[in-house]
Amino acid sequence: MNTLVPLSFFLIVSTIMFFVGIWGFIIRRNLITILMSVELILNAVNLNFVVFNRILFPGHFQGMFFSLFIVAIAAAEASVAIAIIINIYRRFSTIEVDNVSEMKN
Amino acid sequence: MGLTTNIWMFLLFSAIIIVFSFFTIFSRRILRAAVSLLFVLVSTAGLYFMMDYQFMAGVQLTLYAGGIVVLIIFSILLTSTINQKFEKPSSKYLILGGITAVFGAGISIYTILNHPFSTSTESEIPSTMKEIGVQLLNTGVNGYALPFEVISILLLAAMIAAIVIAKKII
Amino acid sequence: MNIYSLSPLVLLIPVIMFLFIGLLGMRFKPVVSGILGSLGLGIVFILSLLIAYQYFFIDGLTDGIYQPIIAANYQWLQFTDTLIISMGVLLDPISVMMLIVISTVSLMVHIYSIGYMHGEKGFERFFAFLSLFSFSMLGLVLATNIFQMYIFWELVGVSSFLLIGFYYQKPSAVAASKKAFIVTRFADLGFLAGILILSYINGTFDFLTLTSPEGIEITKHSGLTFLGFSAATWAMMLIFMGGAGKSAMFPLHIWLPDAMEGPTPVSALIHAATMVVAGVYLVARMFPVYYFTNPNTLNAIAYIGGFTSLFAAVIACTQYDIKRILAFSTLSQIGYMILALGVSGYGGEHGLGYMSSMFHLFTHAMFKALLFLGAGAIIHAVHSNVMNEMGGLRKYLPVTHLTFLIACITIAGVPGFSAFFSKDEILTAAFHHDKILFYVELFVAGLTAFYMFRLYFVVFWGEDRHYHHKPHEAPLTMSIPLIFLAIASVLAGYIHFGNFVSSDRMPFHSEIQWNIASQSIIVGVIGIVIAFLLYRKVNNVPDHLVKALGGFHKTVFHKFYIDEIYLFVTKKIIFNYISRPVAWFDRHIVDGTMNGIAWITEYTSYRIKGFQSGQLQQYALVFVSGAVFLALIFLYYFFG
Repeated sequence: MNTLVPLSFFLIVSTIMFFVGIWGFIIRRNLITILMSVELILNAVNLNFVVFNRILFPGHFQGMFFSLFIVAIAAAEASVAIAIIINIYRRFSTIEVDNVSEMKN
Repeated sequence: MGLTTNIWMFLLFSAIIIVFSFFTIFSRRILRAAVSLLFVLVSTAGLYFMMDYQFMAGVQLTLYAGGIVVLIIFSILLTSTINQKFEKPSSKYLILGGITAVFGAGISIYTILNHPFSTSTESEIPSTMKEIGVQLLNTGVNGYALPFEVISILLLAAMIAAIVIAKKII
Repeated sequence: MNIYSLSPLVLLIPVIMFLFIGLLGMRFKPVVSGILGSLGLGIVFILSLLIAYQYFFIDGLTDGIYQPIIAANYQWLQFTDTLIISMGVLLDPISVMMLIVISTVSLMVHIYSIGYMHGEKGFERFFAFLSLFSFSMLGLVLATNIFQMYIFWELVGVSSFLLIGFYYQKPSAVAASKKAFIVTRFADLGFLAGILILSYINGTFDFLTLTSPEGIEITKHSGLTFLGFSAATWAMMLIFMGGAGKSAMFPLHIWLPDAMEGPTPVSALIHAATMVVAGVYLVARMFPVYYFTNPNTLNAIAYIGGFTSLFAAVIACTQYDIKRILAFSTLSQIGYMILALGVSGYGGEHGLGYMSSMFHLFTHAMFKALLFLGAGAIIHAVHSNVMNEMGGLRKYLPVTHLTFLIACITIAGVPGFSAFFSKDEILTAAFHHDKILFYVELFVAGLTAFYMFRLYFVVFWGEDRHYHHKPHEAPLTMSIPLIFLAIASVLAGYIHFGNFVSSDRMPFHSEIQWNIASQSIIVGVIGIVIAFLLYRKVNNVPDHLVKALGGFHKTVFHKFYIDEIYLFVTKKIIFNYISRPVAWFDRHIVDGTMNGIAWITEYTSYRIKGFQSGQLQQYALVFVSGAVFLALIFLYYFFG
């Protein structure tokens, strides 16, 4: 059943979530919280696809399946990121993003 | 009353999403950020339910909320950053990032409001499990068997990668 | 085969010898360089004699006028149709005469140097430079156009610099060579300016065109004026400035006494016989232009020459270093030559001054070279330059004594010897033009006789000193040139120079004017007698005279303090007020700009370096900002 909520409302919500995620990516210092911001971004994109599919293109499931795959990929990426974070933690004993840099300033 | 219920539901879920996403990025305690993320994801699932995409909502709840957030919490515990409270955001980027984000959001919203989205006139497909399953494993025109297989391989690769990266080198 | 077509060899042989000796001389025994150099000059000498014989006696004369022959002319740099710098050989009475002078003296100096420079370090270098000098001087006199002459002029300056500073480890020699080069270079600035003005008016560098009647008309009527003098006058005066530098006229004379720091053969070749007469040659070459554009120019030139000869002769009377005396004597004699050109008219007998100037140049080259080479033999024997340490040398150095005496008699103007004839002609020309100059020159003739015989008597008679080791006579390689030049000094006077060289290239006849000649003979004899009385035997009279003249003698002995004045002007004024600000400008502003540009680059790169910080979030920020910016542009600027 079609929701009678206009498309643009959904899109505004997903846009806000997306840019909040970007802002968080830029300002956060802990690697894990950066990862969380990335998840926010992906989630926003997901919402976008699903909404477009549902409201603009009721005839097929392309958007939904795309979101499905995005979810799968997000899971894979999160797991690899966590593995890397653990490795970094072992090496530097910290996961502040300022301290794990080896480049000279 | 159905219309207004819809809109009320929508407004509720949207409010939760927006508020808690701000919490996610501004919270100083990591665990609170993780929980806020959880709320965001659950509310998104609620939005999916509202749109009659139950399968998608279920996947969202299972994988995102149940899998990834748990993973994140585990890693927080593993890296003992739970004891480090009061993570401060880096002040240099606060304003610059904020400006960029606001600007970007402004442009996007402006475009969204002004763009005439046209609806396709195809007939609707019922979003039952049966349909979804058929399409997912279909090898024909609208089939997604190939991406399905590829994703499986990707997951395998990710699994191996995570194990290799994270294992202790003796 | 035409001997004229062989004339470029006159230039090529010395330069090839220079390159060969300069590059490969060290591989052979030193004496090989000496022999090669002398051989080269010997061939040049023979060629010059043949060319002179052919030109003067066989076919130079056409319709009673000696025709200038262009034996070779290669275009080097062409500016317009007529403004061309070429390299070529011009055969003309004065250039052929100079050929003989230069090749003779140079050959004698080469042979002499084999003996004089024996055992010196740098023997090969010396001969290489001698050949270079010969090449430059020959190129100067054989030049077809004024710019080629300028090029060789500078080359001569360079050779002189190299040869004066031959003993480069002696600071005084280095200073002297620098002084010579800078003073002559400064004069050449005027020369170049004059060349440019003249060629601008006329549109050509070529000598034959510039001195032809049509060329002179164009120069005279150029119409440009500056500060009241016409452009032509300025050009000629500036050209004379160049000549004055090279020929050491007052006030650009300061380099010549110091140039005696070089080895004595160098002094003989360059600073007595050849290079210093380049200025005289230049004026002679451009004489028609000088005469017809503005007679006042020639007047000024004559006075400068007269003043210089008086000035130098007075100083020469007080000096004790024999080479310095000879240097001042050279200055004085060149003054004679310049004066003779200045008082000359044009055409046939009116051009007596011109002819006598060239004649005196010829004879002076012979006897002055003889004097210097003789002085070299004396120095070689006694190992000292200073007159006070010598005496009674006539017993030890017979050949040197005799030849030196012949030279002194010649320069004093005793009849029968060459300088008598040439000096007499000059005095005649002066007498008919300007009486003041005549009496000045007469007085200078007396002074000349005095100081030369002063030198002679003190060195060869005077006090018998005890020398540490017995002075020995010069070896054969040094004696033979002395004898040859002595013979030339005597015989050269008998050439009827008017038959060969004259202002308009037409031969004319000239006679000794006995009323004038007698005056010069009397003056000369008086000079000799005074010197005889004062210096033949040791006595106190000279010392009493010195004390009596007191301050005046001191001033003259210090060459009228001209050097000190120059030093003051350059050090206190030019260095402080001109050089220092310029150096400051160069160091701080010119260099500062370069350093500033480098500093800006470095600073910018230091700043931009920050973009590659390795900080993830910075990258993300930049990336997102860029994306938003692009979105803005694409959405709203291009597509409305």
